[in-house]
Amino acid sequence: MGKQIAAVLGTGQTRHASRRTDVSMAGLCREAVDRAMADAGVGWADVDAVVVGKAPDLFEGVMMPELMLADALGANGKPMLRVHTAGSVGGSTANVAASLVQGGVHRRVLAVSFEKQSESNAMWALSIMPPFSMPVGAGAGGYFAPHVRSYIRRSGAPEHIGAMVAVKDRLNGSKNPWAHVRQSDLTVESVLASQVLWDPIRYDETCPSSDGACAIVLGDETAAAAAAGPVAWIHATAMRTEPTTFAGRDQVNPQAGRDAAAALWKQAGITDPLAEIDVAEIYVPFSWFEPMWLENLGFAEEGSGWRLTEAGETAIGGRLPINPSGGVLSSNPIGASGMLRFAEAAMQVMKRAGDHQVDGARTALGHAYGGGSQYFSMWVVGSDRPGVR
Amino acid sequence: MTESDVAVVGFAQAPNVRATHGTTNGVEMLVPVFDELLDGTGLSKKDIGFWCSGSSDYLAGRAFSFIAAIDAIGAFPPINESHVEMDAAWALYEAWVKIRTGEVDTALVYGFGKSSAGELRRTLAMQLDPYFVAPLWPDSIAVAGLQARLGLESGLFGEEQMAQVAARSRADARQNPNAQVSGEERVADLLEQPYVADPLRAHDCAPITDGASAVLLASADRARELRDRPAWITGLEHRIESAQLGGRDLTASPSTSDAAGAAGAAGVEVAELHAPFSHQELLLRAAIGLDDSVRISPSGGALCGNPMFAAGLSRIGEAAGRVWSGEAGKVLAHATSGPALQQNLVCVMEG
Repeated sequence: MGKQIAAVLGTGQTRHASRRTDVSMAGLCREAVDRAMADAGVGWADVDAVVVGKAPDLFEGVMMPELMLADALGANGKPMLRVHTAGSVGGSTANVAASLVQGGVHRRVLAVSFEKQSESNAMWALSIMPPFSMPVGAGAGGYFAPHVRSYIRRSGAPEHIGAMVAVKDRLNGSKNPWAHVRQSDLTVESVLASQVLWDPIRYDETCPSSDGACAIVLGDETAAAAAAGPVAWIHATAMRTEPTTFAGRDQVNPQAGRDAAAALWKQAGITDPLAEIDVAEIYVPFSWFEPMWLENLGFAEEGSGWRLTEAGETAIGGRLPINPSGGVLSSNPIGASGMLRFAEAAMQVMKRAGDHQVDGARTALGHAYGGGSQYFSMWVVGSDRPGVR
Repeated sequence: MTESDVAVVGFAQAPNVRATHGTTNGVEMLVPVFDELLDGTGLSKKDIGFWCSGSSDYLAGRAFSFIAAIDAIGAFPPINESHVEMDAAWALYEAWVKIRTGEVDTALVYGFGKSSAGELRRTLAMQLDPYFVAPLWPDSIAVAGLQARLGLESGLFGEEQMAQVAARSRADARQNPNAQVSGEERVADLLEQPYVADPLRAHDCAPITDGASAVLLASADRARELRDRPAWITGLEHRIESAQLGGRDLTASPSTSDAAGAAGAAGVEVAELHAPFSHQELLLRAAIGLDDSVRISPSGGALCGNPMFAAGLSRIGEAAGRVWSGEAGKVLAHATSGPALQQNLVCVMEG
């Protein structure tokens, strides 16, 4: 008993696009799963359990789609769990899969997450107004824009910070063959000239709606030793939740995110995240969330996250490269978006990130958030075993 | 005491009712359930190391319905929490794993469902293959009827046995203040009733139920502090089968057999089975290998109250209660999910 060591043995993802009409939900998931299993060098007989994550069922119009995916995910005769923690679900799914190994229950676990937004209408699914609940009616952008305005007012950040993040992430995304939006020609000026959708969020500062899936194979020490290539050791995982609204809640710098980060750094033995983390994949669906989360995660003092961004420190080659994959701004299959962050962090420390590889990346953060900035899931992975870093 | 690391130490549930007056997501039902559970153990919400819930957006007819439950907890300061879009018995599985990692030593697991908010039979049709099956809108009771018909025609059981299950369940439920349905019925009278979906009669089908339940888990050291005779989890396993109704033998439940075998079901004295249809209890008893000496669902079971996404968790709480009271030394709880027993979980507990 007690905690077992766990590692990522392989990762896989789909080509992301607005509409993947060439595949069913099962086909989409299988595309990511087959790649992850090939990357890990494992076959179906090696998989002891399957964990499935995705955001609301209303996004595809199927109740508990994991049930009908059992065949395609090779889960028949095995345990299967379906995790749902809003937009953070991809990260939570990876964490739950890791706990199945860390709890000594399974040797190898397949985790897969997906969203096939083209099967239904996410804007509609998020705009149902149940009794006594705060109406949003304008999708996620309408909900988060006031938080961004509040951040700008509190921090005094200049207007071009959001545009800088968009340019950086889209440039990074253009180096990622799986990315949905691949633009290497954006400039700060062109982003600032794009249409304002929800003041101050402009069109070029928003994530796309994507069809896509991500899968990872996790294993225990024995499975990691048997892996063909380098693995990504899991140094820490954390999840925290708080209510959507109440008087006094800080929606710009939520306590749940700060608590999750504090628990994460403590578990990983990290005292100075900015110095000790080499690369971070953080959940930035609207560009202004980069400086906001830099502060929430403890990389920067409150009110100063934007200074790291402005100084170019979050670009590849900077002190803390953020979202070398292009991030959520370049691909957003909601249920999979969090796992993509976690998988990209693993790819970086496994040195398998291709054209967006950050040189010397040995310790990486994967981060996801969801709901009204109230669900957080995170992990730290490393090239070395936990404790060795 | 049996060698184990995690025990069930608390259980509370809302009354199983046809319809609550609360709003569509049903989370109001949780508030008194949390109070009862925590009061019973002397813990406060701040003492809980991990929270995990099971519920369904489709039941509530909205996205992110589980977020409202965070308000019912009053989750500030923030909590360490997760959610499965499944019956909360699987949330208990996730919480059991979490305690086994050593990260936490207590976990509160809850499930809730307000079936009355929509048309349950039609909603459940949305669980089927969306490309080839769901567009035909097969009613969930009709799907169960296909399974019952196959069981009858293959000679596994008769309609009288199905009625006996219903009569026994209702008689047992008279002792359960939370049951939705209870009473004394003669099997001959039940067999006079009309079919709802041939060969199923109304008493063969679980009632549509609103409800919620919560279970408290604890690590070995904490469990001994919290209860004199904890229900130690000695086996907890679950398996899934194909979703293709024509691609599996609906008269057997190999996922239940495999889970029960792996969980160590032999020798249990009481079994709380999550059987929303009378014939499913008969299939499950055969799949687990329960003989006539095993007391089946003394709570009255799902036929007397089936709150979606909480009913499986309630089976674990009900079975654990038999250990706490000293009534049984080894018990089994079962939960099911998906059409026609597609996915099954077995939890074995010992005193």
